[in-house]
Amino acid sequence: MPDAPGLELIAQDLRQADAESVVDTVYFRDRATLVVAAPTIRAALGHLRDKGYGALMSVHGVDYWPEEPRFSVLYELLDMREVDRITVKVRVPGDDPIVPSVTPEWPTADFQEREVYDMFGVLFTDHPDLRRILMPEDYEGHPQRRDFPVGGEPVHFTANEHDTPRYWE
Amino acid sequence: MEIIRGAGPGEGHGDFRAKQMRARDMLRGDLDGPELEEYVEQRVLTTTLERALNWARSNSLFPMTFGLACCAIEMMAIVGARVDIARFGFEALRASPRQADLIILSGRVSIKMAPIIRRLYDQMLEPKWAISMGACCSSMGVFNNYALTPADKFMPIDVHVPGCPPRPEALMHGVLRLRDMIQDHEQEGWRDRYGARGTEEVVPPSEREVEMLRQATQHSEAEKGPRIG
Repeated sequence: MPDAPGLELIAQDLRQADAESVVDTVYFRDRATLVVAAPTIRAALGHLRDKGYGALMSVHGVDYWPEEPRFSVLYELLDMREVDRITVKVRVPGDDPIVPSVTPEWPTADFQEREVYDMFGVLFTDHPDLRRILMPEDYEGHPQRRDFPVGGEPVHFTANEHDTPRYWE
Repeated sequence: MEIIRGAGPGEGHGDFRAKQMRARDMLRGDLDGPELEEYVEQRVLTTTLERALNWARSNSLFPMTFGLACCAIEMMAIVGARVDIARFGFEALRASPRQADLIILSGRVSIKMAPIIRRLYDQMLEPKWAISMGACCSSMGVFNNYALTPADKFMPIDVHVPGCPPRPEALMHGVLRLRDMIQDHEQEGWRDRYGARGTEEVVPPSEREVEMLRQATQHSEAEKGPRIG
């Protein structure tokens, strides 16, 4: 992990390359997080790769509903020589969740971005094959969104089946 | 119909030799009159063909080798030595639905898996039965969420075995209840058992297929030559 000043140095480097790039830095419980503006994510990850963070370990989504901007996509990077990790985070609004895909530079992101799309409905531009990966192709909605109904089946027991006659239909 | 092996009344060990001698006499034709009557009464069991068939069927179920989730581990255990289903003649687990007549849904059924399970069930030959094992595929259990569907929604289930997961003994009990069910009811396909006649979905052949069929029929007729008579 870069320590807190190290994180600020990295953020400064990124800001020198692109002043709009880094929105915020968070250092919490020994975890360093760079919050990056969505349009600059590909350049930011490319810059971090040049610094040695060569492995993209995970891409995942978070839904902060009802907070805005609602969704975030997190990229966990690992420096294999220093065994050093950094988290890059992108926040996108709920009504326009569009993030540039990093799949052209990081092929491992292919399935993981599809999963984020499947579960949260975040759209990745320039993704070569953006379709559902876990749910059936004709499924409606994105089940990991926090306003998605928990769903499932109302369970009927012999105790309550008389309240709902012909419940099996 | 329960078959109890072992010595019946008056069937001691020494009696065996006498029975053998009597069988020899019968084969020689030496028995007649009341002795022959008694001999036949002791050895012949009359029943209907259907009951005999059910008895044979119910004691030789071929379950399908098919596991879905954690319940499958318990299902595998009933083949092992402790709860040995070979005692009842169910040990021949078949890897193909064409050879199986019992499918045990052991675990949760996801919406994506449901059409595949339904296809496997449809590929099994009648008469066929289904056991829904565990809470998940009966009422979705702890995984009652967006991804799953209960098995009753898309296929007929004969026996539900509750539990999370059910112990192998519980599944064994379910299989034996199914055995009783098969013995007590005359054999019907699942559509008759569950009143599902008329719900078949048949895709009519396309025009191209009809044309191909017609040409094939003409071709084979021409090969046979002109009909005589």
